[in-house]
Amino acid sequence: MEHYNMNLTLKVWKQKNTNASGSFEIYQVKDISSEMSFLEMFDVLNEQLILEGKEPIAFDHDCREGICGMCSMYINGRAHGPWEKNTTCQLHMRAFKDGDTIVVEPWRSKAFPVIKDLMVNRSAFDRIIQAGGYISVNTGNAQDANALPIDKKNADDAFMAAACIGCGACVAACKNSSAMLFVSAKVSQLALLPQGQPERESRVLNMVAQMDKEAFGNCTNTYACEAECPKGISVSNIARLNREYLSASLSTEE
Amino acid sequence: MALNSKIPAGPMNEKWNDYKGHVKLVNPANKRKLEIIVVGTGLAGASAAASLGEMGYKVKAFCFQDSPRRAHSIAAQGGINAAKNYQNDGDSVFRLFYDTVKGGDYRAREANVHRLAEVSSSIIDQCVAQGVPFAREYGGLLSNRSFGGTQVQRTFYAAGQTGQQLLLGAYSALERQVALGNVTQYSRHEMLDVVKVDDKARGIIARNLVTGELERHFGHAVLLCTGGYGNVFYLSTNAMGSNVTAAWKAHKLGAHFANPCFTQIHPTCIPVSGDHQSKLTLMSESLRNDGRIWVPQQKNETRKAVDIPEEERDYYLERRYPAFGNLVPRDVASRAAKERCDDGYGVGTTKMAVYLDFSDSIIRYGKIEAGKQGNVNASEAEIIELGKDVVKEKYGNLFEMYDKITGENPYETPMRIYPAVHYTMGGLWVDYELQTSIKGLYALGEANFSDHGANRLGASALMQGLADGYFVIPYTLGSYLADDIATKSISTDHPAFVEAEKKVSDRINTLMNIKGTKTVESFHKRLGKIIWDKCGMSRNAKVLQEAIEEVQALKKEFWSDVRIPGAINEMNPELDKAGRVADFIELGELMCKDALDRNESCGGHFREESQTEDGEAKRDDENYNYVAAWKYVGESNWELEKEELNFEIVKPSQRSYK
Repeated sequence: MEHYNMNLTLKVWKQKNTNASGSFEIYQVKDISSEMSFLEMFDVLNEQLILEGKEPIAFDHDCREGICGMCSMYINGRAHGPWEKNTTCQLHMRAFKDGDTIVVEPWRSKAFPVIKDLMVNRSAFDRIIQAGGYISVNTGNAQDANALPIDKKNADDAFMAAACIGCGACVAACKNSSAMLFVSAKVSQLALLPQGQPERESRVLNMVAQMDKEAFGNCTNTYACEAECPKGISVSNIARLNREYLSASLSTEE
Repeated sequence: MALNSKIPAGPMNEKWNDYKGHVKLVNPANKRKLEIIVVGTGLAGASAAASLGEMGYKVKAFCFQDSPRRAHSIAAQGGINAAKNYQNDGDSVFRLFYDTVKGGDYRAREANVHRLAEVSSSIIDQCVAQGVPFAREYGGLLSNRSFGGTQVQRTFYAAGQTGQQLLLGAYSALERQVALGNVTQYSRHEMLDVVKVDDKARGIIARNLVTGELERHFGHAVLLCTGGYGNVFYLSTNAMGSNVTAAWKAHKLGAHFANPCFTQIHPTCIPVSGDHQSKLTLMSESLRNDGRIWVPQQKNETRKAVDIPEEERDYYLERRYPAFGNLVPRDVASRAAKERCDDGYGVGTTKMAVYLDFSDSIIRYGKIEAGKQGNVNASEAEIIELGKDVVKEKYGNLFEMYDKITGENPYETPMRIYPAVHYTMGGLWVDYELQTSIKGLYALGEANFSDHGANRLGASALMQGLADGYFVIPYTLGSYLADDIATKSISTDHPAFVEAEKKVSDRINTLMNIKGTKTVESFHKRLGKIIWDKCGMSRNAKVLQEAIEEVQALKKEFWSDVRIPGAINEMNPELDKAGRVADFIELGELMCKDALDRNESCGGHFREESQTEDGEAKRDDENYNYVAAWKYVGESNWELEKEELNFEIVKPSQRSYK
């Protein structure tokens, strides 16, 4: 792999706190190696800003290996940037070339208020899980793990849905800021497993109710969520969510 | 006061049952009146907070991330061990216990390890009941694979995302307790001190990282589930935020820190590519099942890997360790890679890497597949294509991750790998009940020291975190709280809280007022370099003494020249980081001191003075058969207290993988 260095112009969203209004600031960075990750390029910029006596840019990040779901940058109009099935932390600078201008924004959604600069508050996702994204089994209640054989296909499909990292890219990518992909992934995982059956109906009704309460919008059916999901969560989960919701609504007595 | 490990009397395999049968209980009405603080929401913290909430205690759970689901347990790839013997290959509680004690190079506490092996089965049951989607066979039953240091298949897994699935299981249990009102969740909060009242831990001071405000929280007991301290090396496979601060504050208040020099350097990580590097990424140990590790026989080789003929390659692990080959334990594999690179045989631009090559496996699997298809005249190209498909199914996500980071395709050219800091076996000293040497203060998971000795086996960290949280602390905490039922909630206006908050506030003010010229990050990098170079894979008395002096000098410079931008009462990630780095610097000194004091080689701790003629680690059981528990006395001043280790069952012997 050929390595190269580049100079870039960055337009980054700056916002002091949730209540302040924000705006774009322009920064120049020089001699960025194509081997760096996108966040390492931000590290370089922040070091430079601190030494110049300026405020560094606040952004969320933690594991930097694409699994914790903390990083959340909207890069050149795409959640997590230009690469497919990728998180911001795994995006590398070889995706860009010398002289590029890169626009970086936070997730934009009413349900994810900006905390500072590129950081947003995603606690709405926690509250959706609290509404029913679990199986009610206390520690110590369990039977032997192999007492409950599970069809391999269902187990594999449940795993594919469970791979969601809760980053919120689906919401950021959707023009309605819908959280359907996130909710459907958890509903699907548990609906596909025998352990999830006892609470199957109440789970989907409660999670969807909480999703609506959090001010996420309706599904646009444009599949932008699937296209930007770093873990490739399929929109077929949304179809399942709709079936589950309809079936639960019809069979549940008010 | 001598340390009391409180190991129950009786035969090894009856201790835990006997303990559970006699431990004091807290009745449900009283549990409602007892408040428990859990710091950290990884596998240990989330499982503890959920389980204690279910039992009826009032729990407060803290994490610095924006959600408990993001704790770094999420990044564990390979799997979780359990003595289920589902494969009918002769596994048992005893064998898991034995392997773990031996793998730890005889520096773990037998009774704790035995308990771990005993509860391992229940962990799998619990996780499956929660809906954790483990890998399964076509018959619908659970699948297993094998890991280093064992001869059975006892590792349960969910592709390369086992940690993620287990954590999301524990997280969902935790969120359910939040919904039920038994647990209150404090995300984006960092614990900055423990509050002691009458020598007992009674709460914490936490900083709300969004507003910068300090908060006082009371608890009848405090559980630290705050992970390891691998980031003292700056570069590690830990998350950027992983830190030692909570454990270090506890240590400075009187909790002993045990075996700080026992750190695990994992052999297969993606190598450093330049000065900009912020963290390292692990490539799972499972790759060593099919990858062969080699370097060129010629120094300063400039040809590409694929252009170097077979006879000019040095498969040094197979050469040095014919019996175990590429599957020697982590510590051995790491040292061997360092030895080759130090001698000038390294590859890649930095020359600090070795090859992990899958081409043989691709051909081997390809031939098997061609055979299955009855394609006897398959061309080499066809065989390679078939083989790639097999390798892809086994390791696809890891190969993809490697490609994303390096821009190289590991199906075509060998991976370049180098060892990196991955896990810390040392941690807060705890007794059998997981209580530190401060009453009412507990440490769970990687934050404590007790189960892995001087080297942890693969797939055992997840097991220990969940064992501590789901199945140990719910019992052992009762032993302490049963005597505490009459204690009313202490007001956070109590002088101890006021004083602790002032201490934290003063320190933050001091840091902000230094207004120096160097960034926090630059100090962290320099600390990491000192510790990596002098207290890393290979250590000797001379360099350790140098390291201690260098760390002390760095500390002085930090406190006089660090520059932290922004203000106190706002979101300020640089300030958060400054506090953590300041604590890492102090820990770094203690690590070197501990490494200097232990003049033997064991597990991940290799002292050059203590090796066999052919360069292998040499343990010294006569002089060092103890846990080194360090008591903080004052600045750069510690007292060593030793907990002698008794091996009743597993008799220590020199490990050999030749």
